[in-house]
Amino acid sequence: MKFVILGCGRVGSRLATMLDMMGHEVAIIDKSQDSFKRLPPSYNGQAIIGVGIDEDVLRSAGIEKADVFAAVTNGDNTNIMASEIAKELFNVPRVLARIYDPLREETYHALGLETICPTTLISNVIVGRVLPGEVKPKVPTPAGTNPLGSGQGL
Amino acid sequence: MYIIIAGGGKVGRFLTENLVNRGHEVLLIEKEKYKVEQYTEQFGGIVVQGDACEAQVLSDAGVARADVLIAVTGDDEDNLVCCQVAKRKFKVGRVIARVNNPKNERIFRALGIDATVSHTRALLEIIEQELPLSSLRHLFYIRDSKLEIIEVIIGPDSPARDKTISNLDFPTDSSILLVVRNGKVLVPGGNLALKEQDEIVILTPQNSDNQVQEALIGE
Repeated sequence: MKFVILGCGRVGSRLATMLDMMGHEVAIIDKSQDSFKRLPPSYNGQAIIGVGIDEDVLRSAGIEKADVFAAVTNGDNTNIMASEIAKELFNVPRVLARIYDPLREETYHALGLETICPTTLISNVIVGRVLPGEVKPKVPTPAGTNPLGSGQGL
Repeated sequence: MYIIIAGGGKVGRFLTENLVNRGHEVLLIEKEKYKVEQYTEQFGGIVVQGDACEAQVLSDAGVARADVLIAVTGDDEDNLVCCQVAKRKFKVGRVIARVNNPKNERIFRALGIDATVSHTRALLEIIEQELPLSSLRHLFYIRDSKLEIIEVIIGPDSPARDKTISNLDFPTDSSILLVVRNGKVLVPGGNLALKEQDEIVILTPQNSDNQVQEALIGE
């Protein structure tokens, strides 16, 4: 399968390396050349420098033939916008976006985006391990607490 | 009208001032605390601190009864998300986004934003008009129709010089709107012969002005 990954941080580089080792075709995009140092020398895929919300950058990563697009930069809004471009404009069959802010994740999940929220995921895992079997309550999210929400991504 | 403005940079501030002076009910949402304090001194209690991309902040701002939301931060992705949350979650009738990268205008439209404003494109258009580099000048894009209005000045080597309009080899999808000669507007009838220094104003599909160029300017 052909994968396009946006963001070569810890998650992105690991994901790209893993998929590459499994024999899939991988292209990873990051705005900084430095980020690609996280990829091992054995990595066979493409590494593209550029902004992930730019159609031309996505095209050069082969988005038109991609089966899967995953947006894992540290900017929620960047991930959302890039995912929407992949889904709506390039019709990529499977699009996944990481969104740190639980409230925003809820909103975009309801609007049809396949979202992953590490914040709720990890909280749930910790509670599940330490207090197995107890029912997890639905946590209200206070406004204005998300430092990664905007402007910090690609 | 109740108008919510997201982003208190220069654009957001002047927009707030302008809309308040026109008698609208305005609420400005800005992330930075020091700006919120500064603007509160200037505008009074119509400035709130928060991230306008967050549903809770918008909800507290009474976005559900807003007539218009205008997102004018310096980040396109923030403006997009803010407008989408307002429109899709809170059903705001009209959302307008500032677009910093002109490339994003088309994308924003495709993703459901009602109107976009690109200051970069506006500046480029003005600069292009002021630069007399080519004898073909772009005057105006007609949004959504993919048409533009351009102006050509007939030069000494123009193949159209001293020809009547009906004898021009002019593309059928373009039309001559006006001929300006010595500051006077002439009706572009088929019998009008074009002269050197005539300014021709033309409506033509965007990015297909090559044929116009061939007909009026030459190779």
